[in-house]
Amino acid sequence: MAETHSLQDLQQPAVSSKVFVQRDYSSGTICKFQTKFPSELESRLDKQQFEETIQTLNNLYAEAEKLGGKSYFEGCLACLTAYTIFLCMETHYEKVLKKIARYIKDQNEKIYAPRGLLLTDPIERGLRVVEITIFEDRSIGSGR
Amino acid sequence: MKNCEYQQIDPRALSVLPSSAQNHTEKKAQRPRRKWEVFPGKNRFFCDGRIILARQNGVLPLTLSLIIVTCGLFFAFDCPFLVKHLTVFIPVIGGVLFVFVVLSLLRTSFTDPGILPRATPDEAADVEKQIDTSGSSTYRPPPRTKEILINQQVVKLKYCFTCKTFRPPRTSHCSLCDNCVERFDHHCPWVGNCVGKRNYRFFYSFIISLSFLTSFIFGCVITHITLRTQAGKTIVQAIQESPASVVELVVCFFSIWSILGLSGFHTYLVASNLTTNEDIKGSWSSKRGAEDSGNPYTYNSIITNCCATLCGPMPPSLIDRRGFLPHDEAIPAVSASEIELPPFTAKNDAHMEENCQDISLSCTA
Repeated sequence: MAETHSLQDLQQPAVSSKVFVQRDYSSGTICKFQTKFPSELESRLDKQQFEETIQTLNNLYAEAEKLGGKSYFEGCLACLTAYTIFLCMETHYEKVLKKIARYIKDQNEKIYAPRGLLLTDPIERGLRVVEITIFEDRSIGSGR
Repeated sequence: MKNCEYQQIDPRALSVLPSSAQNHTEKKAQRPRRKWEVFPGKNRFFCDGRIILARQNGVLPLTLSLIIVTCGLFFAFDCPFLVKHLTVFIPVIGGVLFVFVVLSLLRTSFTDPGILPRATPDEAADVEKQIDTSGSSTYRPPPRTKEILINQQVVKLKYCFTCKTFRPPRTSHCSLCDNCVERFDHHCPWVGNCVGKRNYRFFYSFIISLSFLTSFIFGCVITHITLRTQAGKTIVQAIQESPASVVELVVCFFSIWSILGLSGFHTYLVASNLTTNEDIKGSWSSKRGAEDSGNPYTYNSIITNCCATLCGPMPPSLIDRRGFLPHDEAIPAVSASEIELPPFTAKNDAHMEENCQDISLSCTA
């Protein structure tokens, strides 16, 4: 009945549940997430912190999709080069997506991981949801 | 049992979940797979996931060959005569238009049109939980819709049974490609791909440049034949000297009607920020009287609509074709099918019981 226990077995927290923050389509098809605080997070997180995270994400996505002089210039330049310029240049949207990835990593390290939560970047879920994974409270400790 | 007791601990296996340590070390020895290899839609991928095509790429080879052959004939037979009698700019303009048309066409065909990835099993379960209010006995409840307000206008979001998610507004499921596509316009067989949010501007530049190209070639060929007849020959003699021109004339004549019509139609769609899908279905037609049942997505300005549709920021591809599959991604694929099974097993079990009874009867008989 010898079983091998690796260190990971004792330290890896189990996933308790997942919460999905859906998209908010009230302003059209732009990428915006609902700021309604999910009830499952009440015991772990402040409502204000959650709203701040989601609002910052919404602002970043709005910046990526903004129609303005810069995006028009990029669009016209791309059209004139028969869209070959996208092969060598990163689009404005891609630059903002990298910024968003850094922000989420930062938020995870500072706020969410210490509370046993994990934010998943929405781009990995097709910009449909913000997935928040809730891990089991390690202080309870399971021998499994 | 013996294996458990005497298994040598592989230091590398410590970095992997112990429950599937053996399986995973075997998998790690295999080549890491990219996400396009397990993509559930009906698409084909080339160049290790860089190029995406619909499985039924329709008449794309025909479109390409028509364009290349017609232009080839033009450059070979009409251009020498026209350069001599008119100007050298004719093949230059023709060349630029030809390059633009082919690049736009290839870009339209090989670009992801805005495919929405299917919901993960956890997501699908969460959505199901929110919808399922009463436990119904039938497997397929009536189509689920969700009503939302967009710019003070009621819009119905439909639930997609294949992708297991509520479709965002303006998204439609293409049955040919078996994918939900954002801002779905139509599935174009000539281009061999869906036309959606990410490749609509390429499609539009393709049909506009093709209109210019066909009109240009048509005009040049007419000029060519006219110049030959002016030199004292009859039309029949002129045609005999340059038979390729007739081929070009026929192709261009039939193309111009359809391409120019299509360009005009899509220019109207771009100016009013509509998709072909919405226009055909009449989603926003003002037949409901003076109610503001207009298009909620329009910016109410032709220029802004055009700029937003054609020159707006380029959205990224959501399906991440070239990403590597993490090892635990292989497992959800199995559990997804497991979610499907429970409603059916009830029926199968009853069936199996009957079969068992039949067999037992036949055995004892």
